[in-house]
Amino acid sequence: MRAPKLHRRLFVNGLFRAGIYGLAFGALLPLFLILFDVFRKGLPVIDWNFLVSMPRATGETGGGIANAIVGSLMLIGLAAAMAVPLGVAAGVYLSEARKSRLAYFTRLAVDVLQGMPSVVIGIIAYLWLVRVMGKFTALSGGLALGLMMLPLVVRGTEEVLKLVPAHIKEASLALGVPHYRTVLRVIIPCGLPGIISAVLLGVSRIAGETAPLLFTAFGNRFLEFSPLKPVGSLPLTIFTYAMSPYQDLQAQAWGASVVLIVLVLATNIISRVVITRWKIQF
Amino acid sequence: MVTTAMPQPVRPVRREQQAPAANPPAAPLPETAHVRTDNFSVYYHDHPAVNRVTLTIPAGKVTAIIGPSGCGKSTLLRAINRMNDFVPGARAEGQLWYCGQDVYGPNCDPVELRRRIGMVFQKPNPFPKSIFRNVAWAPKINGYRGDLEELVERSLRQAALWDEVKDKLDRSALALSGGQQQRLCIARAIAMQPDVLLMDEPCSALDPIATAHIEDLIDQLKTQYTVVLVTHNMQQAGRVSDRTAFMYLGELVEVDATDIIFTRPNNPRTQDYITGRFG
Repeated sequence: MRAPKLHRRLFVNGLFRAGIYGLAFGALLPLFLILFDVFRKGLPVIDWNFLVSMPRATGETGGGIANAIVGSLMLIGLAAAMAVPLGVAAGVYLSEARKSRLAYFTRLAVDVLQGMPSVVIGIIAYLWLVRVMGKFTALSGGLALGLMMLPLVVRGTEEVLKLVPAHIKEASLALGVPHYRTVLRVIIPCGLPGIISAVLLGVSRIAGETAPLLFTAFGNRFLEFSPLKPVGSLPLTIFTYAMSPYQDLQAQAWGASVVLIVLVLATNIISRVVITRWKIQF
Repeated sequence: MVTTAMPQPVRPVRREQQAPAANPPAAPLPETAHVRTDNFSVYYHDHPAVNRVTLTIPAGKVTAIIGPSGCGKSTLLRAINRMNDFVPGARAEGQLWYCGQDVYGPNCDPVELRRRIGMVFQKPNPFPKSIFRNVAWAPKINGYRGDLEELVERSLRQAALWDEVKDKLDRSALALSGGQQQRLCIARAIAMQPDVLLMDEPCSALDPIATAHIEDLIDQLKTQYTVVLVTHNMQQAGRVSDRTAFMYLGELVEVDATDIIFTRPNNPRTQDYITGRFG
């Protein structure tokens, strides 16, 4: 009497299990296909020279993407310099004043900013800085990327600080430690690993942005360290090289893609290590 | 450090010498009162958690506040050092005096107040730091100028923890047992040299042996501090307190010497609660 039912249940169970595994694998498949293709086409291009030398004149083969790597790092640095202090401060405010009206509107504004199309943010940076200064600059590109990074840092910081145990905060306040010092000396140090990982996730999010850079950082075939000059960047290089008619440049676009992906993966992995390894200690 | 109109920390005996000029109390304080409430209420939004309580907490004594869950005893306790300030929607009405100072008046600095009125919470909540730094951290941050090591030793001795931890002061406080952690929290509160200690069910998360330790400790502490103890445990109130206040549904039903409350209370509701008819 019971055996047939049991068999049926086991069969259904197996069916569901296979279905779940299949779908989970299906979700992973695109990532692996992308990585496989990019690495297959990009890795052969990459050698030391590719990373440290400059682009050659059009028509010549060889050359590298040093300008784009330096430019991308610079843009990320500028963006982080703008978004991190502002974002962490706003995140602290949101986690401390959870129910205030201003917090509600700040949260709403941050969410709207997060949904803003990147190309619109690029145009805004163009309007605010490029038009005013009369030239394309790394600074304007950094501003555009910083605006994109800001919501991620704000919400990341807020969520992480909400996880800091309330009883630790109470312990500090009850000892007569002022609220601002409790925030600076207890709450932020406790949430620091989470804040760092929020920043790194923000970095990996903006590292691949192309649209906001088209009319801000503009691109530069030469090595440039000044934030007041146009700079190249990896996404822009990929964009222009991939559209070019030269096979050599198209191959270099794949190489630049690998560099960009490795950069993003590395920040992601570092942020995960930071989260898991760092114990609450302050 | 902080400039306020708060009176200097005083032992209650000397209090009449230094009446605060800015905000004199409405009525003369009883000689031995340390904390006193006058028609004092705390609302969470529109709901009164503490309703028109008038209570005098004498200096150098252990006052226990008992009552069933949700009767407002913890809320009243947390109102004394204004920890309810951080609860959204909480609002106080009426007067609460500490050393002749209106705690909810415009001249009271809650930060300074909390330095004078230490608090021990229901669940032991040491910082995720070493034992030493748990005790030394707040005095250091608040500008303590003396010898920190001496302060830590003295506080740990007063909390009857020194002998157990003197060889491992640099170990994490989280490695201690629950009872030890709670005594560490008491040491941490004592290190700020308060004159009142508020204890919010300090033994409810502890086993009977650790509870006995804390109760012994409270008995010793009352020689130097005014202790206000919120407890669920009537036997505990009977064992350690000098005075007992019984609260029910936010109201103070009765307050008297502990042996009177437990043997011949005036109010029938107290009688019912004490004898276990409800609660």
